Amino acid sequence: MKDRQYELNKELAQMLKGGVIMDVTTPEQAKIAEEAGACAVMALERIPADIRAAGGVSRMSDPKMIKGIQEAVSIPVMAKCRIGHFVEAQLLEAIEIDYIDESEVLSPADDVYHIDKTKFRVPFVCGARDLGEALRRINEGASMIRTKGEPGTGDVVQAVRHMRMMNSEIARISAMREDELYETAKELRVPYELVWYVHQNHRLPVVNFAAGGVATPADAALMMQLGAEGVFVGSGIFKSGNPRKRANAIVKAVTNYTDARLIAELSEDLGEAMVGINENEIQLLMAERGK
Amino acid sequence: MRIAVLAVQGAFAEHEKMFSQMGIETIELRQKSDITQDFDGLVLPGGESTVQGKLLRELDMYDGLKEMIRQGMPVLATCAGLILLAERLSNDDRSHFATLPVCVRRNAFGRQLGSFHYRGTIKGIGEFPMEFIRAPYIETVSPEVEILAEVNGHIVAVRYQNQLAAAFHPELSQDIRFHQMFLDSFRKP
Repeated sequence: MKDRQYELNKELAQMLKGGVIMDVTTPEQAKIAEEAGACAVMALERIPADIRAAGGVSRMSDPKMIKGIQEAVSIPVMAKCRIGHFVEAQLLEAIEIDYIDESEVLSPADDVYHIDKTKFRVPFVCGARDLGEALRRINEGASMIRTKGEPGTGDVVQAVRHMRMMNSEIARISAMREDELYETAKELRVPYELVWYVHQNHRLPVVNFAAGGVATPADAALMMQLGAEGVFVGSGIFKSGNPRKRANAIVKAVTNYTDARLIAELSEDLGEAMVGINENEIQLLMAERGK
Repeated sequence: MRIAVLAVQGAFAEHEKMFSQMGIETIELRQKSDITQDFDGLVLPGGESTVQGKLLRELDMYDGLKEMIRQGMPVLATCAGLILLAERLSNDDRSHFATLPVCVRRNAFGRQLGSFHYRGTIKGIGEFPMEFIRAPYIETVSPEVEILAEVNGHIVAVRYQNQLAAAFHPELSQDIRFHQMFLDSFRKP
């Protein structure tokens, strides 16, 4: 029965493909996101850019606020819990969230262990910087992966780095002789079966989205051309001048990610993009949390 | 023979894979210029119907495709696709192509924790593995609509003229028989 649920959870991620998942902090924002074409929303109290600015400990959102968003929209609602905080995850499961993001954006609750996600019926998405991280999270029960990127910066460089890293490692494993896979499994600290799956199928066993630093339609299309199956946009939308228009443009850019002429049109008059911080200007690297 | 798969959002690649296993060529519909190509059948895949319905209109494919369906273009619709075809939605003011005379309830089995697998029976096929992912079901049908499958008293698959629709996801199974039934409905002998 448990395995059946895991299959259903992976399949929900398949339904989200080709779509944009947007961070929202209020039911009003959730409605704007849904109307703009988000395929799901991520309910959280503060978007990553504000978490960064505010500092301090950042935790799971108020369940009441999450429920407000669940009531406001008909698309799937996701929410974040802290890395390793399995009780926050239990609470999110109790309010029937559609997907839990065990997220480095919040302050980690455990600096060694991630949540044993196989103990839950509700699906989990986790961040990863490379193939090893992705497969370790999948082994723990994640049914969807996203690049970590560097949240709240509006700087896409780390998402690009993580996606390229994952792709090159997948290519490397695909090209290996079968007898070399055992050693790779040891190096990556994951079961042989997962490495074998990647070798056979030239891809992760679950859907893989891009996240962290996507701020423009061109950023989103860049991640899609690099092989992402969809995009998370956090601070990029509601920290910008015209959220509705920008959200809409990013959604269309993801659908037609190879059509430069259309994306150029979509990129016109979007107002100010989020200001952003460069990678080397930030003190806190969220992507370093939870490996 | 060429099948066009609506590819604005969702699980369109799974349908393409299914058809490719059956030796059938597919093309993707992502914008207006795509629908001017020649194709013999149309697939409306699973995904989020709100997103698909919106992109259909804003990427300027809605009128063209609706006209084709009206003119008899064979359509296979799964999950969100069924919602796109439905004449009426019982828990949503929107409707999309509205070419299939049924009333559909969105997210009828609840949130993701309500998603389930079921071995049901499809008329003309027999036992079939059904994946329901935040699925809709059909509440009522017009008399001329043929009911193909039910789960716990809820209608989950129907056929009406050129339109074949299911609330579940045959494209996620390894079973090609539903797709075969779609092709058989219009393929010249």
